[in-house]
Amino acid sequence: MTDNRFFNRSELIGILVLAVFLVVVLPLTLDVFRLNLVAKYLTYAFVALGLVICWGYGGILSLGQGVFFGLGGYCMAMFLKLEASSVENTKIQSTPGIPDFMDWNQITALPLFWKPFNSLTFTIAAIILVPGIFALIIGTAMFKRRVGGTYFAIITQAVAAILTILIVGQQGYTGGINGMTDLRTLKGWDIRPDHAKVVLYFFEVGCLFVCIMIAQFIRHSKLGRILVAMREKEDRVRFSGYSVANFKIFAFCIAAVFAAIGGAMFALNVGFMSPSFVGIVPSIEMVIYTAVGGRLSILGAIYGTLLVNFAKTSLSETFPELWLFGLGGLFIAVVLAFPNGLAGIWADYVQPRIDRLIPSRKSKPEGWTDSSVANGAPAE
Amino acid sequence: MLVGHQPKEFLLAVEALTVSFDGFKAVNDLSFYVDENEIRVIIGPNGAGKTTVLDLICGKTKATSGSIQFRGKELTRMKENEIVKTGVGRKFQNPSIYDDLTVFENLEISYPRGRSVFGALTFTRDAAVRDRVHEVAEMIFLKDRLNMSADLLSHGQKQWLEIGMLLIQDPDLLMLDEPVAGMSVSERTKTAELLNRIIKNRSVLVIEHDMKFVEDIAHKVTVLHQGQILSEGTMEKVQNDPKVIEVYLGH
Repeated sequence: MTDNRFFNRSELIGILVLAVFLVVVLPLTLDVFRLNLVAKYLTYAFVALGLVICWGYGGILSLGQGVFFGLGGYCMAMFLKLEASSVENTKIQSTPGIPDFMDWNQITALPLFWKPFNSLTFTIAAIILVPGIFALIIGTAMFKRRVGGTYFAIITQAVAAILTILIVGQQGYTGGINGMTDLRTLKGWDIRPDHAKVVLYFFEVGCLFVCIMIAQFIRHSKLGRILVAMREKEDRVRFSGYSVANFKIFAFCIAAVFAAIGGAMFALNVGFMSPSFVGIVPSIEMVIYTAVGGRLSILGAIYGTLLVNFAKTSLSETFPELWLFGLGGLFIAVVLAFPNGLAGIWADYVQPRIDRLIPSRKSKPEGWTDSSVANGAPAE
Repeated sequence: MLVGHQPKEFLLAVEALTVSFDGFKAVNDLSFYVDENEIRVIIGPNGAGKTTVLDLICGKTKATSGSIQFRGKELTRMKENEIVKTGVGRKFQNPSIYDDLTVFENLEISYPRGRSVFGALTFTRDAAVRDRVHEVAEMIFLKDRLNMSADLLSHGQKQWLEIGMLLIQDPDLLMLDEPVAGMSVSERTKTAELLNRIIKNRSVLVIEHDMKFVEDIAHKVTVLHQGQILSEGTMEKVQNDPKVIEVYLGH
């Protein structure tokens, strides 16, 4: 199976199990409200997936993924908001045809940068390109100057803080602290009723699997191994003739684009976008999802995201004031006791038992590595 | 275009090289020349600037002044990865290998193809790559350990693996920083044998403390002291140089 550039046998099983879980089990067992919650959780799974590549493989800890989640989300929300602000929908405003929050802020014409978001094609391109180019700029500025590690993490935090302040401050253009609410239709199709939520859920799961495949492809390419090599011995990679900065920029941009797709899915599935998903706290939470799932495991990150969010929903309903402490404690516990998260626990304790039950008939082709590629425990 | 005295075609010409760290001149007005297919060993007491010289050549440290010409190309203005592409390979003092990858993957990453981001994405492990990895693995005594995770290798094997990672790049100038440090006697002998085999068609610049080993491999020895050349020539000449005996061998 060496010629398969996407997955090996155990990963294929893992992906199929996840597909059955998301496509069959959850829609059959959950009501629409709960399914929509899962859809919301899965939007963070895109971010976690990007962090696996960027942080897990590449060793680049970004504490500002909320920035890209937000950029993607706002691009999508701007399109939806414009559609919801048609002249007949907004005829009670002093300037009909512009989003309501602009009217409240005495803005009388649609700002120039909003205009292209009338086009869905432009919006889709912007969801990918705006965060991608922004990550490219940050990445180039940082990595070409060899800023890395903690300094990079702090700078991403600063960017998250700055973007939040910017969005909140520019109320007339962004909706301020309330964000963009009351999103209604996508090309005339109402996104609010239950059946639409179900369709959007499946659409999101489809996009997630496309991203999983891209991540798998990267992981199995030589680039994936170079990321791991770079994480360990940056100088050795540099003196083997690679431009380390370019590889870091690539990993960071991929993580940014995945996060942005997640953000766009959030706007669609949840029906609004606000600065509370952009700042420092949500960005750190996204890192925790990845850590809990296993930062070296593509599938682990998705299960981690789901699990932490389920816990968050149920526990924060019961003990609202304890949840943040619980989350912090969980992070510390995972880092100290299970540095490879759920995926690590699976690989260390569960997988060996399964292997003993099912006699393995794999004959390993040469140079092939199940375990060594980034220690990527085939997490399921 | 070129005026004045021109040395004959050297592979590497280091001229008036100086690097100063906050006023301390680790390398001071250093000049030396390495021929094609020459094994040059740099020796000298601790702090003489030996490793700094290698750092300067491979671009890890930027020179304050002076020039390093490699096949006529000025290295002091190039980036590290560009220097590698002109044909300079560098082994570090501590074995610098990727512990989380297998021996095969360690060697494969050093294979000189697909070094750009998209080249790496589309890189395929074809027969040429496999054959070359096998060939090198055989040379460095690791051919039955290709699928082993590199962190399970012994110290000596790690050193060989890194030498192998350089070999697969096929550099014209190979720079080795203490290749036998921490090796057992039998590993030393094997390493000397390995080095003697791989120097065909390339030049080697070695830093080493082990005099026995230096005698075994060196064509020419350069003795550094306080960032400057104290003596240069054959091992015999250097060993009998009173200045060298005083600062280095005599201690």
